[in-house]
Amino acid sequence: MIRALHRWPGLLALALVSALALSGAALSVFPAADRLTAPQAEAGLTVAQLSERIQAVYPTVEQIRRAPSGRITAYWFDNDTPGAAIIDPATGQGAGSADPNPVERWLTNFHRALLLGDGGRLVMAAGALAMLVLSVSGAALVARRMGGWRHWFAPLRGTVPGRLHVELARVAVVGLVLSSVTALWMVAVTFEVIPENAAMPEFPAEVSGETGIALADMAVIGTTPVAALRELSFPYPNDPTDVFTLRTDQGTGYLDQGSGALLAWADLSLWERISETIYMLHTGQGAAALGLVLGVMALGVPAMGATGFLIWLSGRRGRPRIRGNVAAGRAETIVLVGSEGGSTWGFAATLHAALTQAGQSVHVAPMSSFDPARYGHAERMIVLAATYGDGDAPASAKGFLDRLDALDRAPDIPLAVLGFGDRSFPAYCAFAKAVAAAAQAKGWPGLMGMDMIDRQSPQDFARWGRDLGQAMGIALDLIHHPVLPKTEALTLIARRDYGAEVQAPTAILRFALPRVSLWQRLTGQGFARFDAGDLIGILPEGSPVPRLYSLASGRRDGFVEIVVKKHPGGLCSGQLAALEPGDTVTAYLRRNPGFRPRRDATPLILIGAGTGIGPLAGFVRGNARQRPIHLFFGMRHPSSDFLYGEALRDWQDKGLLTRLVTAVSREAKPQYVQDALRGDAAQVAQLIRDGARVMVCGGRDMAAGVTDALAEILAPSGLTPATLKAEGRYVEDVY
Amino acid sequence: MKSLLSTLVLTTALTMPGLAMARQVTLTTNLKTYGGDGAYLALYVTDASDTYVGSLWMAGGKSKYYKHLTGWYRATGGDTAQVNGITGASVGAGRSLEITLDLADALFDAGYTLHIDAAVEDMRDSPNEVSVPLTTDGVGTPVTGRRYIADFTYDM
Repeated sequence: MIRALHRWPGLLALALVSALALSGAALSVFPAADRLTAPQAEAGLTVAQLSERIQAVYPTVEQIRRAPSGRITAYWFDNDTPGAAIIDPATGQGAGSADPNPVERWLTNFHRALLLGDGGRLVMAAGALAMLVLSVSGAALVARRMGGWRHWFAPLRGTVPGRLHVELARVAVVGLVLSSVTALWMVAVTFEVIPENAAMPEFPAEVSGETGIALADMAVIGTTPVAALRELSFPYPNDPTDVFTLRTDQGTGYLDQGSGALLAWADLSLWERISETIYMLHTGQGAAALGLVLGVMALGVPAMGATGFLIWLSGRRGRPRIRGNVAAGRAETIVLVGSEGGSTWGFAATLHAALTQAGQSVHVAPMSSFDPARYGHAERMIVLAATYGDGDAPASAKGFLDRLDALDRAPDIPLAVLGFGDRSFPAYCAFAKAVAAAAQAKGWPGLMGMDMIDRQSPQDFARWGRDLGQAMGIALDLIHHPVLPKTEALTLIARRDYGAEVQAPTAILRFALPRVSLWQRLTGQGFARFDAGDLIGILPEGSPVPRLYSLASGRRDGFVEIVVKKHPGGLCSGQLAALEPGDTVTAYLRRNPGFRPRRDATPLILIGAGTGIGPLAGFVRGNARQRPIHLFFGMRHPSSDFLYGEALRDWQDKGLLTRLVTAVSREAKPQYVQDALRGDAAQVAQLIRDGARVMVCGGRDMAAGVTDALAEILAPSGLTPATLKAEGRYVEDVY
Repeated sequence: MKSLLSTLVLTTALTMPGLAMARQVTLTTNLKTYGGDGAYLALYVTDASDTYVGSLWMAGGKSKYYKHLTGWYRATGGDTAQVNGITGASVGAGRSLEITLDLADALFDAGYTLHIDAAVEDMRDSPNEVSVPLTTDGVGTPVTGRRYIADFTYDM
């Protein structure tokens, strides 16, 4: 609900709110510039003294105004020619043109009314309202995502647009709320929805009829400091019935030009005071520093608009639409989803569709919206939970465990937990297990035992579906087709074969860059942007399930390159192994931001064996800045499967690669890459102590061996692979 | 700007639509290009003793700015009822305002004066921008304003 309140105003008002924010940011500069350039009156100067100075220079002065910035403007008539100037209060002399700045005027008219009349004002008011709705709903979303208001500034993770969006929002939201609320108030005043009851005193019926009193002898004018002045109007020349009109920050009064007496006075009304304060807060006039701060915060709006749009786009792509989602209060089955990347939502959609077809009413929602009080008609709850990192809650499950913990007692309706994960990781389905354990500890009745789905396996899911159907007493057939990103046809342009002699037929396959649409280029989607270490999913003929391969090239290399080993009986690797130049495969790009060298100059230790060399070779090839790179590469025999052998020597000559250490396993004295590491222990330890980053790519056994070797090597220096991992200095891409 | 108005609600004794003792008068106000936003203009009439008689037109719809039309505001106490039904949009720099209305015969050659007060956002207030006696001789004679009005003419 809050998300919809955030998304739709955001998308609809994107341009309008951005226009408001940018013009507002530009306008925020003017009060500060005024404040800096306007000659300021010395402390203690009275309105009378100032007026006398001005009168001495401009005897026909008829009005003096002071802007909140301290800028003083005088208006006079000289032989029927109107004159005006900004006044230096120290001398009374003109110090600049009083004409309004045309740029500021244009910006102001654009900002408040799109250069149109009242219609434009209403449009901009709608923009301000959208900004307020976005700020409030966005703040609620941030609080929910961070797990409560107290964690407002907690570290973020996720995609770049997502992080940037929240990073900007949680700083700027204060300013945006202030700007939009004050804007709406000002519109309401303009349209007289809120009264401004200008308190003007009754014009005096009688005056002394005399003229010519010295300003210093007059009431109020003689004592009011310049800082309090708003405006002083002189009586009309040669009209003894006219009066002085003085406006200060306290109110407005008329003064007799003969006796100097205060003839009438009206204090500022409460409404005027409120409106003036609001005007100051909105425009920064009289509060230039605040204005600049608000202006800078407003600059975040277009960036938030753009990132928000990207978030929406990727959400739309990654998350299937759930058609006919029943409201929480009416559904018999509640399905809660804890998903990081969006694939678990696909399973939820399949489950929703199958249950709905079986006659059930089903509500699907993120786990973070868990609220048992709302599930009035629910008979069971099903939790589908992925895991983030080493057992953390995935993005859409933030706060679930806290909410469960905060309940007085567990819900009565039975619960089923299904975990999603990758069995090859130690923290396999760790979050789902934590949910199941917490539910059990709370005494929550179980619908069925906890189950787990390995690597999005449709078979696992179908099996679990049958169990669920049994538990519910219905026949349930879950046929899951993963939602795939848009695929491209990749054409092979070159291949290089290795390893046939050592029973490890391996090929480096180079494909042409697919054509990229302008839209993809602008949004960085698909093959418009990729780096070595990213993944491509290849759909073999005859199977809907994609196989992932690490990329050995980046977009800048001008081609798409992977290293593939042919597995006996492997469907996809078999098809790839048979590819000839000119043939095509169906593929899509998947970003893999976790496995990428950082953009700094710290040395890299790259460790890989077999096809794991692919992304590592890509990193070396892209090392234009020649950071130190130490590559440890394990192969079977140098005469057969020395992948990238010549290229590596070439890169070494060019300074892209500092050192290459190879380990050969099919020799009299077999050596694996971890043995090579141990053989070089002193230098490896030294490099890591000095801040080097370790990146490992290859099979699981090799990776485990490398971890053990590093643990040994690092033990004397008090470091462990685990601490390095926690710092992000030890990353793996393992298959 | 085209003729804004031909019939007027009878708000004051000044305008007498369709009566024999009234004549149709066209008031034309041409503004200078003074380099600012649209001007608020108040057109009103005082009698021989400088007492406010009534308003003819108010160009500018937001009553909160009327206090800047100092002369009119003092004369009326800011009473918006004085301009009910005879209020139009503010007039942009370089533009002109033309109003046609039926004015009572008795207003001419009897010491009545037509005043125009003008005000522009962030620029000087200009009460009595124009002040011209209503006489039959003065018909068609342009009068210059002080700050914002290039010339003002009344025609019959």
